[in-house]
Amino acid sequence: MIFPFAWQILTAFKTQAEAVAVPVQILPSRWEWAVFTEIFEVLPFAEQLRTSVIVAFVRTVGQVMLCSLAAYAFARLRFPGRELLFALFLSVLMVPGQLLILPQYELMATFDLLNTIPALILPGLFSAFGTFLLRQFFLTIPAELEEAALLDGASRLRIYWSVMLPLVRPALAALAVITMMNSWNDLLWPLVVNTDPNVMPISAGLTTLQGQFQTNYPALMAGALLASLPMLLVFLVLQRQFVQGIALTGSKG
Amino acid sequence: MAAPTTTPAPVAPIETGRRRRPIRSRMRGGMIGYLFIAPVGLGLLVLYIYPAVATFALSFTEWGPFGGNTFNGFTNYAAVFRNELFWRALGNTLLYMVIGLLVIPIAIIIAALLNKPGLRGVGVYRTLYFIPFVTLPVASGMVWKWLYNGDYGLINAFLSSFGVSGTYWVANPSTALLAIGIVQVWSQIGYYLVIFIAGIKAIPQTYLEAAELDGAGPIRRFFLVVIPLLSPSIFFCSVINVIATLQIFDLIYVMSQSSSANPAFNSAQSIVTLFYQMAFVENNKGNATALAFLLMLLIAALTAVQFRLQKKWVFYD
Repeated sequence: MIFPFAWQILTAFKTQAEAVAVPVQILPSRWEWAVFTEIFEVLPFAEQLRTSVIVAFVRTVGQVMLCSLAAYAFARLRFPGRELLFALFLSVLMVPGQLLILPQYELMATFDLLNTIPALILPGLFSAFGTFLLRQFFLTIPAELEEAALLDGASRLRIYWSVMLPLVRPALAALAVITMMNSWNDLLWPLVVNTDPNVMPISAGLTTLQGQFQTNYPALMAGALLASLPMLLVFLVLQRQFVQGIALTGSKG
Repeated sequence: MAAPTTTPAPVAPIETGRRRRPIRSRMRGGMIGYLFIAPVGLGLLVLYIYPAVATFALSFTEWGPFGGNTFNGFTNYAAVFRNELFWRALGNTLLYMVIGLLVIPIAIIIAALLNKPGLRGVGVYRTLYFIPFVTLPVASGMVWKWLYNGDYGLINAFLSSFGVSGTYWVANPSTALLAIGIVQVWSQIGYYLVIFIAGIKAIPQTYLEAAELDGAGPIRRFFLVVIPLLSPSIFFCSVINVIATLQIFDLIYVMSQSSSANPAFNSAQSIVTLFYQMAFVENNKGNATALAFLLMLLIAALTAVQFRLQKKWVFYD
Protein backbone atom coordinates (compact mmCIF):
# COMPACT_ATOMS: atom_id res chain seq x y z
CA MET A 1 0.00 0.00 0.00
CA ILE A 2 2.64 2.54 0.87
CA PHE A 3 5.23 1.21 -1.52
CA PRO A 4 4.63 4.05 -4.02
CA PHE A 5 5.61 6.51 -1.30
CA ALA A 6 8.82 4.67 -0.57
CA TRP A 7 9.68 4.79 -4.26
CA GLN A 8 8.77 8.47 -4.32
CA ILE A 9 11.16 9.22 -1.47
CA LEU A 10 13.99 7.24 -3.04
CA THR A 11 13.50 8.96 -6.38
CA ALA A 12 13.47 12.41 -4.81
CA PHE A 13 17.04 11.86 -3.63
CA LYS A 14 18.37 10.55 -6.94
CA THR A 15 19.94 12.45 -9.75
CA GLN A 16 17.93 12.71 -12.93
CA ALA A 17 20.23 10.18 -14.61
CA GLU A 18 19.75 7.68 -11.81
CA ALA A 19 15.98 8.21 -11.84
CA VAL A 20 15.65 7.25 -15.48
CA ALA A 21 18.35 4.58 -15.51
CA VAL A 22 17.56 1.30 -17.26
CA PRO A 23 17.69 -1.18 -15.60
CA VAL A 24 16.07 0.53 -12.63
CA GLN A 25 18.42 1.72 -9.93
CA ILE A 26 16.81 1.25 -6.53
CA LEU A 27 18.99 3.32 -4.20
CA PRO A 28 20.49 6.70 -4.98
CA SER A 29 24.28 6.54 -5.08
CA ARG A 30 24.49 9.78 -3.11
CA TRP A 31 21.61 11.22 -1.09
CA GLU A 32 21.06 14.59 -2.78
CA TRP A 33 19.05 17.27 -1.00
CA ALA A 34 19.58 19.78 -3.79
CA VAL A 35 16.27 19.14 -5.48
CA PHE A 36 14.31 20.07 -2.37
CA THR A 37 15.72 23.59 -2.54
CA GLU A 38 15.53 23.70 -6.32
CA ILE A 39 11.74 23.49 -6.46
CA PHE A 40 11.44 26.51 -4.18
CA GLU A 41 13.35 28.47 -6.79
CA VAL A 42 11.53 27.42 -9.94
CA LEU A 43 8.04 27.59 -8.47
CA PRO A 44 6.45 29.87 -5.87
CA PHE A 45 6.36 26.72 -3.79
CA ALA A 46 6.61 28.46 -0.43
CA GLU A 47 3.77 30.84 -1.33
CA GLN A 48 1.65 27.92 -2.46
CA LEU A 49 2.25 25.99 0.72
CA ARG A 50 1.39 29.09 2.71
CA THR A 51 -1.78 29.62 0.68
CA SER A 52 -2.84 26.02 1.33
CA VAL A 53 -2.23 26.44 5.05
CA ILE A 54 -4.18 29.71 5.26
CA VAL A 55 -7.08 28.35 3.23
CA ALA A 56 -7.25 25.11 5.21
CA PHE A 57 -7.03 26.95 8.53
CA VAL A 58 -9.66 29.59 7.79
CA ARG A 59 -12.03 27.09 6.18
CA THR A 60 -11.72 24.70 9.10
CA VAL A 61 -12.15 27.23 11.89
CA GLY A 62 -14.84 29.10 9.98
CA GLN A 63 -16.83 26.03 9.04
CA VAL A 64 -16.74 24.56 12.53
CA MET A 65 -17.85 27.86 14.07
CA LEU A 66 -20.55 28.75 11.57
CA CYS A 67 -21.93 25.24 11.21
CA SER A 68 -22.03 24.61 14.93
CA LEU A 69 -24.02 27.84 15.45
CA ALA A 70 -26.59 26.79 12.86
CA ALA A 71 -26.58 23.19 14.04
CA TYR A 72 -27.23 24.30 17.61
CA ALA A 73 -30.19 26.40 16.48
CA PHE A 74 -31.65 23.57 14.40
CA ALA A 75 -31.27 21.08 17.22
CA ARG A 76 -32.18 23.17 20.23
CA LEU A 77 -34.12 26.31 19.42
CA ARG A 78 -37.68 26.61 18.24
CA PHE A 79 -38.70 29.18 15.70
CA PRO A 80 -41.22 29.30 12.89
CA GLY A 81 -40.01 27.74 9.64
CA ARG A 82 -37.30 25.69 11.27
CA GLU A 83 -38.22 22.43 9.57
CA LEU A 84 -38.53 24.10 6.20
CA LEU A 85 -35.15 25.80 6.53
CA PHE A 86 -33.57 22.54 7.59
CA ALA A 87 -35.04 20.76 4.57
CA LEU A 88 -33.53 23.49 2.39
CA PHE A 89 -30.12 22.84 4.00
CA LEU A 90 -30.46 19.13 3.32
CA SER A 91 -31.34 19.73 -0.31
CA VAL A 92 -27.95 21.40 -0.76
CA LEU A 93 -26.31 18.12 0.25
CA MET A 94 -27.65 16.37 -2.81
CA VAL A 95 -26.26 18.66 -5.49
CA PRO A 96 -22.84 17.67 -6.85
CA GLY A 97 -20.22 20.39 -6.62
CA GLN A 98 -19.44 20.61 -10.34
CA LEU A 99 -22.97 21.73 -11.05
CA LEU A 100 -22.33 24.90 -9.07
CA ILE A 101 -18.89 25.81 -10.31
CA LEU A 102 -19.79 28.02 -13.25
CA PRO A 103 -22.15 30.36 -11.37
CA GLN A 104 -19.77 30.32 -8.40
CA TYR A 105 -16.99 31.35 -10.74
CA GLU A 106 -19.15 34.15 -12.16
CA LEU A 107 -19.88 35.33 -8.62
CA MET A 108 -16.18 35.49 -7.82
CA ALA A 109 -15.59 37.38 -11.04
CA THR A 110 -18.41 39.82 -10.20
CA PHE A 111 -16.93 40.55 -6.78
CA ASP A 112 -13.50 40.86 -8.36
CA LEU A 113 -12.13 38.02 -6.27
CA LEU A 114 -10.50 35.88 -8.97
CA ASN A 115 -6.90 35.08 -8.11
CA THR A 116 -7.34 35.96 -4.47
CA ILE A 117 -7.20 33.84 -1.35
CA PRO A 118 -10.80 34.72 -0.33
CA ALA A 119 -11.99 33.11 -3.57
CA LEU A 120 -10.36 29.87 -2.48
CA ILE A 121 -11.83 30.09 1.00
CA LEU A 122 -15.40 31.29 0.46
CA PRO A 123 -17.35 28.25 -0.78
CA GLY A 124 -15.69 26.04 1.83
CA LEU A 125 -16.83 28.19 4.73
CA PHE A 126 -20.45 27.17 4.46
CA SER A 127 -21.41 23.55 4.66
CA ALA A 128 -24.76 21.84 4.75
CA PHE A 129 -22.98 18.59 5.58
CA GLY A 130 -21.20 20.12 8.58
CA THR A 131 -24.44 21.60 9.88
CA PHE A 132 -26.23 18.28 9.49
CA LEU A 133 -23.46 16.28 11.16
CA LEU A 134 -23.24 18.58 14.17
CA ARG A 135 -27.02 18.86 14.53
CA GLN A 136 -27.19 15.09 14.98
CA PHE A 137 -24.79 15.43 17.90
CA PHE A 138 -26.50 18.36 19.56
CA LEU A 139 -29.69 16.29 19.48
CA THR A 140 -28.11 13.60 21.65
CA ILE A 141 -27.28 15.93 24.54
CA PRO A 142 -29.70 15.81 27.47
CA ALA A 143 -31.78 18.95 27.75
CA GLU A 144 -31.32 19.16 31.53
CA LEU A 145 -27.83 20.57 31.13
CA GLU A 146 -29.14 23.40 29.04
CA GLU A 147 -32.08 24.04 31.36
CA ALA A 148 -29.81 24.39 34.33
CA ALA A 149 -27.80 27.03 32.50
CA LEU A 150 -30.99 28.82 31.44
CA LEU A 151 -32.19 28.94 35.04
CA ASP A 152 -28.86 30.44 36.01
CA GLY A 153 -29.65 33.22 33.58
CA ALA A 154 -27.12 32.38 30.87
CA SER A 155 -27.81 33.77 27.41
CA ARG A 156 -28.27 31.48 24.41
CA LEU A 157 -24.93 32.49 23.01
CA ARG A 158 -23.29 31.68 26.32
CA ILE A 159 -25.01 28.30 26.57
CA TYR A 160 -23.92 27.48 23.05
CA TRP A 161 -20.35 28.48 23.75
CA SER A 162 -19.72 27.25 27.29
CA VAL A 163 -22.15 24.38 27.72
CA MET A 164 -22.89 22.82 24.35
CA LEU A 165 -19.67 23.20 22.38
CA PRO A 166 -17.50 21.42 24.95
CA LEU A 167 -19.99 18.53 24.99
CA VAL A 168 -19.78 17.90 21.27
CA ARG A 169 -16.03 18.30 21.05
CA PRO A 170 -15.44 14.89 19.39
CA ALA A 171 -17.84 15.78 16.60
CA LEU A 172 -16.23 19.21 16.18
CA ALA A 173 -12.81 17.57 15.93
CA ALA A 174 -14.06 15.07 13.38
CA LEU A 175 -15.64 17.77 11.24
CA ALA A 176 -12.45 19.83 11.54
CA VAL A 177 -10.19 17.07 10.21
CA ILE A 178 -12.57 16.25 7.36
CA THR A 179 -12.77 19.92 6.38
CA MET A 180 -9.02 20.35 6.64
CA MET A 181 -8.38 17.35 4.43
CA ASN A 182 -10.96 18.34 1.84
CA SER A 183 -9.51 21.82 1.73
CA TRP A 184 -5.92 20.66 1.38
CA ASN A 185 -6.79 18.15 -1.34
CA ASP A 186 -9.24 20.29 -3.30
CA LEU A 187 -8.19 20.68 -6.93
CA LEU A 188 -11.00 21.60 -9.32
CA TRP A 189 -12.10 24.82 -7.61
CA PRO A 190 -8.57 26.24 -7.20
CA LEU A 191 -7.77 25.40 -10.83
CA VAL A 192 -10.84 27.36 -11.86
CA VAL A 193 -10.62 30.49 -9.70
CA ASN A 194 -6.89 30.99 -9.29
CA THR A 195 -4.84 30.73 -12.43
CA ASP A 196 -1.97 32.85 -11.12
CA PRO A 197 0.67 30.48 -9.70
CA ASN A 198 1.43 32.93 -6.91
CA VAL A 199 -2.01 32.56 -5.36
CA MET A 200 -2.60 28.89 -6.08
CA PRO A 201 -2.76 26.38 -3.28
CA ILE A 202 -0.21 23.61 -3.46
CA SER A 203 -2.65 21.07 -4.96
CA ALA A 204 -3.07 23.18 -8.09
CA GLY A 205 0.52 24.41 -7.98
CA LEU A 206 1.82 20.88 -8.27
CA THR A 207 -0.01 20.37 -11.54
CA THR A 208 1.91 23.30 -13.04
CA LEU A 209 5.13 21.73 -11.80
CA GLN A 210 4.33 18.78 -14.01
CA GLY A 211 4.47 20.91 -17.12
CA GLN A 212 7.74 22.55 -16.19
CA PHE A 213 9.50 19.38 -15.19
CA GLN A 214 8.37 17.12 -17.97
CA THR A 215 11.32 14.85 -17.35
CA ASN A 216 12.88 16.00 -14.06
CA TYR A 217 11.48 13.16 -11.96
CA PRO A 218 13.48 13.83 -8.79
CA ALA A 219 12.05 17.35 -8.68
CA LEU A 220 8.53 16.11 -9.36
CA MET A 221 8.76 13.49 -6.65
CA ALA A 222 10.27 15.93 -4.17
CA GLY A 223 7.49 18.41 -4.88
CA ALA A 224 4.79 15.78 -4.49
CA LEU A 225 6.36 14.63 -1.26
CA LEU A 226 6.61 18.12 0.23
CA ALA A 227 3.02 18.87 -0.75
CA SER A 228 1.60 15.77 0.93
CA LEU A 229 3.77 15.94 4.01
CA PRO A 230 1.81 18.54 6.04
CA MET A 231 -1.44 16.57 5.75
CA LEU A 232 0.33 13.30 6.54
CA LEU A 233 1.79 14.85 9.69
CA VAL A 234 -1.62 16.16 10.70
CA PHE A 235 -3.00 12.68 10.13
CA LEU A 236 -0.34 10.99 12.22
CA VAL A 237 -1.01 13.40 15.09
CA LEU A 238 -4.82 13.31 14.82
CA GLN A 239 -5.34 9.70 13.73
CA ARG A 240 -8.13 9.09 16.21
CA GLN A 241 -10.08 12.12 14.99
CA PHE A 242 -9.63 11.06 11.37
CA VAL A 243 -10.91 7.57 11.99
CA GLN A 244 -13.73 8.89 14.15
CA GLY A 245 -14.62 11.37 11.43
CA ILE A 246 -14.90 8.59 8.86
CA ALA A 247 -16.90 6.44 11.23
CA LEU A 248 -19.25 9.38 11.85
CA THR A 249 -19.83 10.04 8.18
CA GLY A 250 -20.37 6.32 7.85
CA SER A 251 -22.98 6.03 10.52
CA LYS A 252 -24.72 9.38 10.56
CA GLY A 253 -24.07 10.95 7.19
CA MET B 1 -30.17 -23.52 16.30
CA ALA B 2 -31.60 -20.08 16.06
CA ALA B 3 -29.77 -17.06 17.34
CA PRO B 4 -30.66 -16.33 20.97
CA THR B 5 -33.71 -14.12 21.17
CA THR B 6 -33.65 -11.04 23.32
CA THR B 7 -35.39 -11.15 26.67
CA PRO B 8 -38.65 -9.21 26.78
CA ALA B 9 -38.07 -5.62 27.74
CA PRO B 10 -39.23 -4.70 31.26
CA VAL B 11 -42.52 -2.84 31.27
CA ALA B 12 -41.92 0.82 31.92
CA PRO B 13 -43.51 2.01 35.16
CA ILE B 14 -46.53 4.16 34.48
CA GLU B 15 -45.77 7.71 35.35
CA THR B 16 -48.18 9.11 37.89
CA GLY B 17 -48.59 12.32 39.79
CA ARG B 18 -46.68 15.41 38.83
CA ARG B 19 -45.96 15.32 35.11
CA ARG B 20 -43.02 17.27 33.84
CA ARG B 21 -43.93 19.68 31.12
CA PRO B 22 -42.30 18.74 27.86
CA ILE B 23 -38.89 20.31 27.81
CA ARG B 24 -39.29 21.56 24.28
CA SER B 25 -41.92 24.12 25.17
CA ARG B 26 -39.49 25.82 27.50
CA MET B 27 -36.80 25.93 24.86
CA ARG B 28 -37.99 28.83 22.83
CA GLY B 29 -35.40 30.46 20.69
CA GLY B 30 -37.31 33.10 18.77
CA MET B 31 -35.20 35.57 16.87
CA ILE B 32 -31.95 34.17 18.12
CA GLY B 33 -32.55 31.01 16.11
CA TYR B 34 -32.55 32.99 12.88
CA LEU B 35 -29.43 34.86 13.95
CA PHE B 36 -27.59 31.59 14.62
CA ILE B 37 -28.59 30.16 11.27
CA ALA B 38 -28.07 33.34 9.25
CA PRO B 39 -24.32 33.07 8.53
CA VAL B 40 -24.39 29.55 7.06
CA GLY B 41 -27.86 30.11 5.64
CA LEU B 42 -26.83 33.18 3.68
CA GLY B 43 -23.61 31.55 2.57
CA LEU B 44 -25.44 28.49 1.27
CA LEU B 45 -28.06 30.68 -0.38
CA VAL B 46 -25.53 32.79 -2.27
CA LEU B 47 -22.89 30.18 -3.02
CA TYR B 48 -24.92 26.98 -3.35
CA ILE B 49 -28.66 27.45 -3.81
CA TYR B 50 -28.47 30.41 -6.18
CA PRO B 51 -25.77 28.68 -8.31
CA ALA B 52 -27.87 25.52 -8.50
CA VAL B 53 -30.87 27.45 -9.76
CA ALA B 54 -28.67 29.53 -12.05
CA THR B 55 -27.07 26.44 -13.59
CA PHE B 56 -30.49 25.01 -14.31
CA ALA B 57 -31.56 28.25 -15.97
CA LEU B 58 -28.27 28.70 -17.83
CA SER B 59 -28.38 25.23 -19.27
CA PHE B 60 -31.30 26.46 -21.38
CA THR B 61 -29.57 29.61 -22.56
CA GLU B 62 -26.91 30.62 -24.97
CA TRP B 63 -24.13 32.43 -23.11
CA GLY B 64 -23.45 35.84 -24.54
CA PRO B 65 -20.04 37.40 -24.05
CA PHE B 66 -21.12 39.96 -21.44
CA GLY B 67 -24.11 38.45 -19.70
CA GLY B 68 -26.40 38.75 -22.71
CA ASN B 69 -27.79 35.25 -22.31
CA THR B 70 -30.68 34.23 -24.52
CA PHE B 71 -33.10 31.37 -24.03
CA ASN B 72 -32.47 28.59 -26.50
CA GLY B 73 -34.53 25.71 -25.14
CA PHE B 74 -32.89 22.32 -25.30
CA THR B 75 -30.23 23.38 -27.82
CA ASN B 76 -27.39 22.86 -25.33
CA TYR B 77 -28.67 19.42 -24.39
CA ALA B 78 -29.06 18.47 -28.04
CA ALA B 79 -25.50 19.63 -28.69
CA VAL B 80 -24.21 17.55 -25.80
CA PHE B 81 -26.06 14.47 -27.03
CA ARG B 82 -24.67 14.97 -30.53
CA ASN B 83 -21.16 15.32 -29.15
CA GLU B 84 -19.31 12.07 -29.60
CA LEU B 85 -17.01 13.00 -26.69
CA PHE B 86 -19.97 13.06 -24.34
CA TRP B 87 -20.83 9.43 -25.07
CA ARG B 88 -17.20 8.43 -24.62
CA ALA B 89 -16.93 10.31 -21.35
CA LEU B 90 -20.20 8.78 -20.17
CA GLY B 91 -18.99 5.27 -20.99
CA ASN B 92 -15.64 5.97 -19.33
CA THR B 93 -17.30 7.38 -16.23
CA LEU B 94 -19.47 4.27 -15.89
CA LEU B 95 -16.34 2.13 -16.31
CA TYR B 96 -14.58 4.11 -13.56
CA MET B 97 -17.65 3.46 -11.44
CA VAL B 98 -17.50 -0.29 -12.02
CA ILE B 99 -13.74 -0.44 -11.33
CA GLY B 100 -14.19 1.85 -8.32
CA LEU B 101 -16.76 -0.49 -6.80
CA LEU B 102 -14.06 -3.17 -6.51
CA VAL B 103 -12.84 -1.25 -3.49
CA ILE B 104 -15.79 -2.63 -1.51
CA PRO B 105 -15.06 -6.38 -1.74
CA ILE B 106 -11.33 -5.69 -1.32
CA ALA B 107 -11.89 -3.61 1.82
CA ILE B 108 -14.31 -6.21 3.25
CA ILE B 109 -11.79 -9.01 2.76
CA ILE B 110 -8.98 -7.02 4.38
CA ALA B 111 -11.28 -6.02 7.24
CA ALA B 112 -12.29 -9.65 7.78
CA LEU B 113 -8.66 -10.78 7.75
CA LEU B 114 -7.74 -8.05 10.24
CA ASN B 115 -10.55 -9.22 12.51
CA LYS B 116 -8.69 -12.41 13.52
CA PRO B 117 -8.80 -12.61 17.31
CA GLY B 118 -5.37 -12.07 18.76
CA LEU B 119 -3.99 -10.34 15.69
CA ARG B 120 -1.74 -7.55 16.92
CA GLY B 121 -1.25 -4.15 15.43
CA VAL B 122 -4.63 -3.70 13.70
CA GLY B 123 -4.10 0.02 14.21
CA VAL B 124 -0.82 -0.11 12.30
CA TYR B 125 -2.40 -1.89 9.35
CA ARG B 126 -5.31 0.50 9.36
CA THR B 127 -2.87 3.41 9.31
CA LEU B 128 -0.88 1.94 6.43
CA TYR B 129 -4.03 1.47 4.36
CA PHE B 130 -5.32 4.90 5.35
CA ILE B 131 -2.24 6.90 4.35
CA PRO B 132 -3.01 6.88 0.59
CA PHE B 133 -6.48 8.24 1.36
CA VAL B 134 -5.01 11.19 3.25
CA THR B 135 -2.31 11.93 0.69
CA LEU B 136 -2.86 14.78 -1.70
CA PRO B 137 -4.51 13.10 -4.75
CA VAL B 138 -2.45 15.21 -7.13
CA ALA B 139 0.72 13.91 -5.48
CA SER B 140 -0.40 10.28 -5.59
CA GLY B 141 -1.37 10.74 -9.21
CA MET B 142 2.10 12.02 -10.04
CA VAL B 143 3.82 9.20 -8.19
CA TRP B 144 1.74 6.57 -9.95
CA LYS B 145 2.23 8.22 -13.30
CA TRP B 146 5.94 7.83 -12.66
CA LEU B 147 5.52 4.19 -11.66
CA TYR B 148 3.48 3.63 -14.83
CA ASN B 149 6.07 5.33 -17.04
CA GLY B 150 6.73 3.26 -20.15
CA ASP B 151 10.48 3.74 -20.30
CA TYR B 152 11.75 4.12 -16.74
CA GLY B 153 8.70 3.13 -14.69
CA LEU B 154 9.09 0.60 -11.95
CA ILE B 155 6.07 -1.41 -13.05
CA ASN B 156 7.56 -2.18 -16.44
CA ALA B 157 10.92 -2.92 -14.85
CA PHE B 158 9.17 -5.38 -12.57
CA LEU B 159 7.27 -6.96 -15.47
CA SER B 160 10.38 -7.26 -17.60
CA SER B 161 12.06 -9.33 -14.91
CA PHE B 162 9.38 -11.91 -15.78
CA GLY B 163 10.02 -11.42 -19.45
CA VAL B 164 6.80 -9.46 -19.93
CA SER B 165 7.18 -6.23 -21.83
CA GLY B 166 4.91 -3.50 -20.47
CA THR B 167 3.36 -0.57 -22.23
CA TYR B 168 3.02 3.20 -21.75
CA TRP B 169 0.21 2.58 -19.26
CA VAL B 170 -1.32 6.04 -19.03
CA ALA B 171 -0.50 7.11 -22.59
CA ASN B 172 -1.91 3.98 -24.20
CA PRO B 173 -5.61 4.48 -24.99
CA SER B 174 -6.42 0.86 -24.23
CA THR B 175 -4.86 0.79 -20.75
CA ALA B 176 -5.11 4.39 -19.48
CA LEU B 177 -8.55 4.09 -17.95
CA LEU B 178 -7.78 0.86 -16.12
CA ALA B 179 -4.44 2.22 -14.89
CA ILE B 180 -6.14 5.30 -13.43
CA GLY B 181 -9.00 3.22 -12.02
CA ILE B 182 -6.53 1.08 -10.11
CA VAL B 183 -5.00 4.15 -8.47
CA GLN B 184 -8.50 5.31 -7.54
CA VAL B 185 -9.18 1.98 -5.81
CA TRP B 186 -5.77 2.02 -4.09
CA SER B 187 -6.33 5.51 -2.74
CA GLN B 188 -9.82 4.76 -1.38
CA ILE B 189 -9.27 1.44 0.40
CA GLY B 190 -8.45 3.01 3.77
CA TYR B 191 -11.71 4.92 3.97
CA TYR B 192 -13.87 1.86 3.37
CA LEU B 193 -11.66 -0.29 5.54
CA VAL B 194 -12.35 1.94 8.54
CA ILE B 195 -16.09 1.60 7.99
CA PHE B 196 -16.01 -2.18 7.52
CA ILE B 197 -13.71 -2.79 10.50
CA ALA B 198 -16.25 -0.92 12.65
CA GLY B 199 -19.10 -2.88 11.04
CA ILE B 200 -17.48 -6.28 11.61
CA LYS B 201 -16.62 -5.37 15.19
CA ALA B 202 -20.28 -4.64 15.81
CA ILE B 203 -21.38 -8.17 14.83
CA PRO B 204 -22.35 -10.03 18.01
CA GLN B 205 -19.96 -12.89 18.71
CA THR B 206 -22.89 -15.11 19.64
CA TYR B 207 -24.06 -15.19 16.01
CA LEU B 208 -20.69 -16.43 14.84
CA GLU B 209 -20.44 -18.95 17.67
CA ALA B 210 -23.92 -20.23 16.88
CA ALA B 211 -22.97 -20.71 13.24
CA GLU B 212 -19.77 -22.46 14.28
CA LEU B 213 -21.70 -24.86 16.51
CA ASP B 214 -23.90 -25.61 13.53
CA GLY B 215 -20.77 -26.70 11.73
CA ALA B 216 -20.20 -23.71 9.44
CA GLY B 217 -16.56 -23.27 8.49
CA PRO B 218 -14.87 -19.86 8.26
CA ILE B 219 -15.89 -19.34 4.62
CA ARG B 220 -19.52 -20.21 5.23
CA ARG B 221 -19.58 -18.05 8.37
CA PHE B 222 -18.20 -15.18 6.30
CA PHE B 223 -20.86 -15.47 3.60
CA LEU B 224 -23.83 -16.52 5.74
CA VAL B 225 -23.27 -14.42 8.86
CA VAL B 226 -20.77 -11.62 8.32
CA ILE B 227 -21.89 -10.43 4.88
CA PRO B 228 -25.63 -10.25 5.66
CA LEU B 229 -24.99 -8.45 8.94
CA LEU B 230 -22.60 -6.09 7.17
CA SER B 231 -25.08 -5.35 4.39
CA PRO B 232 -26.19 -1.95 5.77
CA SER B 233 -22.54 -0.79 5.72
CA ILE B 234 -22.06 -2.29 2.26
CA PHE B 235 -25.11 -0.44 1.04
CA PHE B 236 -23.90 2.86 2.50
CA CYS B 237 -20.43 2.38 1.00
CA SER B 238 -21.79 1.51 -2.40
CA VAL B 239 -24.00 4.62 -2.50
CA ILE B 240 -21.10 6.85 -1.40
CA ASN B 241 -18.66 5.16 -3.76
CA VAL B 242 -20.89 5.50 -6.81
CA ILE B 243 -21.52 9.17 -6.09
CA ALA B 244 -17.78 9.78 -5.63
CA THR B 245 -16.50 7.93 -8.70
CA LEU B 246 -19.12 9.46 -10.99
CA GLN B 247 -17.41 12.75 -10.10
CA ILE B 248 -13.85 11.49 -10.62
CA PHE B 249 -11.55 14.32 -11.72
CA ASP B 250 -8.25 14.81 -9.86
CA LEU B 251 -6.45 11.60 -10.79
CA ILE B 252 -7.50 11.76 -14.43
CA TYR B 253 -6.51 15.41 -14.67
CA VAL B 254 -3.07 14.72 -13.23
CA MET B 255 -2.32 11.41 -14.91
CA SER B 256 -3.66 11.87 -18.41
CA GLN B 257 -4.97 15.38 -19.03
CA SER B 258 -1.89 17.41 -18.17
CA SER B 259 -0.94 17.35 -21.82
CA SER B 260 -3.60 17.26 -24.50
CA ALA B 261 -1.00 15.60 -26.71
CA ASN B 262 -1.52 12.43 -24.71
CA PRO B 263 -3.01 9.92 -27.16
CA ALA B 264 -5.07 8.52 -24.30
CA PHE B 265 -6.56 11.96 -23.51
CA ASN B 266 -10.08 11.13 -24.66
CA SER B 267 -10.10 7.48 -23.74
CA ALA B 268 -9.52 8.32 -20.07
CA GLN B 269 -11.79 11.38 -20.00
CA SER B 270 -14.63 11.43 -17.46
CA ILE B 271 -17.73 13.60 -17.46
CA VAL B 272 -16.17 16.04 -15.01
CA THR B 273 -12.92 16.41 -16.96
CA LEU B 274 -15.03 16.97 -20.08
CA PHE B 275 -17.04 19.55 -18.14
CA TYR B 276 -13.82 21.32 -17.14
CA GLN B 277 -12.62 21.17 -20.73
CA MET B 278 -15.88 22.61 -22.11
CA ALA B 279 -16.34 25.30 -19.45
CA PHE B 280 -12.83 26.61 -18.93
CA VAL B 281 -10.74 25.55 -21.90
CA GLU B 282 -13.19 25.80 -24.80
CA ASN B 283 -15.31 28.44 -23.03
CA ASN B 284 -18.48 26.68 -24.13
CA LYS B 285 -20.44 27.41 -20.98
CA GLY B 286 -23.90 26.63 -22.29
CA ASN B 287 -22.98 23.07 -23.18
CA ALA B 288 -20.97 22.74 -19.97
CA THR B 289 -23.94 23.62 -17.75
CA ALA B 290 -26.13 21.18 -19.67
CA LEU B 291 -23.46 18.51 -19.17
CA ALA B 292 -23.23 19.26 -15.44
CA PHE B 293 -26.98 18.97 -15.15
CA LEU B 294 -26.95 15.62 -16.96
CA LEU B 295 -24.31 14.41 -14.50
CA MET B 296 -26.57 15.35 -11.61
CA LEU B 297 -29.45 13.42 -13.18
CA LEU B 298 -27.19 10.40 -13.63
CA ILE B 299 -26.06 10.52 -9.99
CA ALA B 300 -29.63 10.93 -8.78
CA ALA B 301 -30.84 8.07 -10.98
CA LEU B 302 -28.13 5.62 -9.92
CA THR B 303 -28.63 6.54 -6.26
CA ALA B 304 -32.38 6.02 -6.58
CA VAL B 305 -31.85 2.63 -8.24
CA GLN B 306 -29.64 1.56 -5.35
CA PHE B 307 -32.22 2.62 -2.79
CA ARG B 308 -34.84 0.65 -4.73
CA LEU B 309 -32.69 -2.46 -4.84
CA GLN B 310 -31.66 -2.32 -1.19
CA LYS B 311 -34.94 -3.98 -0.09
CA LYS B 312 -33.82 -7.08 -1.94
CA TRP B 313 -30.48 -7.54 -0.26
CA VAL B 314 -29.87 -5.22 2.68
CA PHE B 315 -30.57 -6.93 5.95
CA TYR B 316 -31.50 -4.71 8.85
CA ASP B 317 -31.25 -6.43 12.19
